[in-house]
Amino acid sequence: MSIPRPKPEKFRLRRTMMFMNAQKPGLIKDAYIYGADSIMLDLEDAVAENQKDSARFSLYHALKEIDYGNTEVIVRINGLDTPHWKEDIRVCVAGGADGIRIAKTESAQDVKTVEKAVEEAEKEFGVEVGRTLLMAALESPKGVLNAYEICQASDRLFGVALSGGDYRKCMQVKVIPGGIEMLAARGHMLMAARAAGIQCFDTVFTNINDDEGFRAEVKQNVEMGFDGKSLVNPRQINIVHEMLAPTQKEIAEAEKIVRAYREHAAEGVGVFTIEGGKMIDIAFVPGAERVIKLAKASGIYEGDL
Amino acid sequence: MELKTVGTAGTLESSDIMITLEPAQSGGIEIVSFESSVMNQYGRQIKAEVLASLDRLGVKNAKVTVNDHGALDCTVKARVECAYYRGCQCDVDGTYPWGGVIR
Amino acid sequence: MRNAVGREIPDELLKSDLRNGKGYEVYQGKGYRDGKYIKKQGPTTRIYQKPTESKILPSIREAVIKSGLKDGMTVSFHHHFRDGDFIVNMVMKEIVDLGIKDITIAASSLGTAHDPIAEYIEQGIVTGIQTSGIRGKMGEVVSQGKLKTPAILRSHGGRVRAVEEGDVHIDVAFIGAPTADEYGNARALGGKSDCGVLSYAVVDSEYADKVVVITDTLVPYPNFPASIHGINVDYVVVVDAIGEPKKIASAAARMTQNPRDLMMAENVAKIMTATPWFKDGFSFQTGAGGPSLAVNRFLEPLMVEKGIKMAWAIGGITGSICELKEKGLVGKIIDVQDFDTSAINDIRNNKNHYEMTASEYANPANKGAFVNKLDFVVLAALEVDIDFNVNVITGSNGVLRGAPGGHPDTAEGAKCCIIVTPLTRGRMATICEKVVTVTTPGDCVDVVVTDYGLAVNPKRQDIIECLDKAGVKHVPIKELQEKAYSMVGRPDDLQWEDKVVAILEARDGTILDVVRKIKPCEI
Repeated sequence: MSIPRPKPEKFRLRRTMMFMNAQKPGLIKDAYIYGADSIMLDLEDAVAENQKDSARFSLYHALKEIDYGNTEVIVRINGLDTPHWKEDIRVCVAGGADGIRIAKTESAQDVKTVEKAVEEAEKEFGVEVGRTLLMAALESPKGVLNAYEICQASDRLFGVALSGGDYRKCMQVKVIPGGIEMLAARGHMLMAARAAGIQCFDTVFTNINDDEGFRAEVKQNVEMGFDGKSLVNPRQINIVHEMLAPTQKEIAEAEKIVRAYREHAAEGVGVFTIEGGKMIDIAFVPGAERVIKLAKASGIYEGDL
Repeated sequence: MELKTVGTAGTLESSDIMITLEPAQSGGIEIVSFESSVMNQYGRQIKAEVLASLDRLGVKNAKVTVNDHGALDCTVKARVECAYYRGCQCDVDGTYPWGGVIR
Repeated sequence: MRNAVGREIPDELLKSDLRNGKGYEVYQGKGYRDGKYIKKQGPTTRIYQKPTESKILPSIREAVIKSGLKDGMTVSFHHHFRDGDFIVNMVMKEIVDLGIKDITIAASSLGTAHDPIAEYIEQGIVTGIQTSGIRGKMGEVVSQGKLKTPAILRSHGGRVRAVEEGDVHIDVAFIGAPTADEYGNARALGGKSDCGVLSYAVVDSEYADKVVVITDTLVPYPNFPASIHGINVDYVVVVDAIGEPKKIASAAARMTQNPRDLMMAENVAKIMTATPWFKDGFSFQTGAGGPSLAVNRFLEPLMVEKGIKMAWAIGGITGSICELKEKGLVGKIIDVQDFDTSAINDIRNNKNHYEMTASEYANPANKGAFVNKLDFVVLAALEVDIDFNVNVITGSNGVLRGAPGGHPDTAEGAKCCIIVTPLTRGRMATICEKVVTVTTPGDCVDVVVTDYGLAVNPKRQDIIECLDKAGVKHVPIKELQEKAYSMVGRPDDLQWEDKVVAILEARDGTILDVVRKIKPCEI
């Protein structure tokens, strides 16, 4: 019973990425039911050093046999400083994972090294070359400083994510409510990602009983411009989706722009005005389309676009 | 590749299955012990899956211990394969025949 | 004969004298006996005209002897002490030591605390079991066909009906009580092992020929307000301990943190709000299991948002519903059993928290029990099938390991019965083609909520309309079952022998299903 997954979409909606230990059968069998946009099957930190082999067998059959539906399936592989990553890549590609999260990325070369191994694996297993997407996790000041070159390192790279645990250790800081300790890293990484035209994801919030703290962090993420967030508990998913959902006013505005654009595009007009007299040019359209997409994913869109 | 030593994989957690393979010179596949929390309804299917996986892996002789707590077929296969390669003392970071005998 | 839930009931059972010679009918459907008349079967009771100072006897053995218990008689117990109960084992030991045989135990429920009884069954001393719950070793030996007569399993309401109607006649009731006075007035508060209420034991005290109260805390006369009234009590025995407090009432049942349970609970709450019964003054019962209990937490904000309050809650009570009451969101709690120390403390303080009898709670044969006025009930299940039949008694291996409890009573009574269960447990499909045993008939079950979506009984078009209007997605139950089988595979059929080991009575006393002896599994 093998279910081939459709070709991954590089710039899909990724509001929530839910981490799951690839070694735990009870978790991975239906990790999609909570409605995360992406699930992140973990071969790295969640898996004990003496179970790295076992986790790969689990992962392979899960990828092959479990119907994850529209949920994106990404695998976090072990770092390039371990002996495990090459075989991790082979199993991901053979199993048909949508993407690979590179742990502890510090340079463009790290991405290229992984890309090369992925391409080899794609050829070995008869997978379309270029199918397997990549994302890079920045876990150190060095990685953050090199963010821009990392973001540009591969066509497969759809985004970068911050990994707060290791980063804070390197910086010799602890978790501070309000996130002052992460401000520079978040800001720098966001700029790099936007400059390179890829997505950007914030780190996990680990105190699952602190709903208020979590909401505050997500609010800040939204205001700073993150596309989404890595999560450790399914209970956090709906909160992120709710807080990323556009307001009805934003939806109405976006609808006007998209409709006007479609009408005028047929006539070859690039600049037009919408109801209320606001001047709109083509640069507004992707943003408006993103709002509609978010509204649909949030289940609050009732229009017909 | 042949079993060189006892290979074990899996846990006793719910939804998991623990498989132990012990090398044997002859006697075919001998199921020494088979326990399952879902014996009446899935015991037959789990046993068939264990035997099919061993057959794919080319194991001719082995003593097999199965302790199941409601694993799905994908987990049964994964644990049999892992126990086998461990018993063969295969390098953890292998290379493994994904999509070949592992399927 | 085939009954209304499609189960084949052996004809010899219908003619048997298991129901005190009255024979059995098969289950005919919801509300079948409504409007019929019965004559209640009162006990033979002794006149105590001459004043006596005290009813206290020195030991349980003495009480067994004085009660006139003989071979072939029926004794009864309650299950308010749950897994901490000492009474059943202490009394049965004396009965066995006295050489009395052929005993039927008619308990409100039995649990793993009563594993020693399994041995008396194997020895042929205990020959009949009538109960709601049967678990542990007792469940195993009964499933193995070692009990001489089929066990009779009833709901809490069905038990009261059976006693009142004379389907089972209790010769001697042994009632464990946290406190009692020398005349047998007994309460569930003020002792060393408080259990909050003694609701299930009331019918025993009123219908047994002889009533023995056993306590470890003797208090001055009169022990009032009493749950068990001294006027019904023949003897009082004081022992060192009636039970183990920690197992009688757990510390406050912690709300589940399991994200799957929480997701299902949230969906249950959403469904409730989409129905017309979710309005100011509604009534509610929920189970003590993970997802059922968690519904309380999600109801709170929804009630606040809509500005409505629950008029009353019933059932087995936990701290979480008491908390809602303390926040002013629940008017009254009417209590038939307490699951945790918070609930017991709450009834002790007696602010809008009242004890009721099992008859008031759920008896179908009185003039209208609380369950008949219930708007919503949220219940768990081991299995639900595509006809909405629920099993809460037999495990996937066909062995007895559960209890109908108040499940069938509340399901039939409530306007909206919601079952909440994960689609699969380990490899078991919870939503299946055919439940192993029917304990609650599908015609009483309205909505099934799983982690993979929910299904509404097609008999409830009114609920379907409400959910559609509210935009709550639902699917045919067949779709859930197929999804489950696609994940876990189609289960092999259980292999049974002909021998019936247990009878599942519907709450009206008809036969809903039987449990047969399971064949050992060979693979």
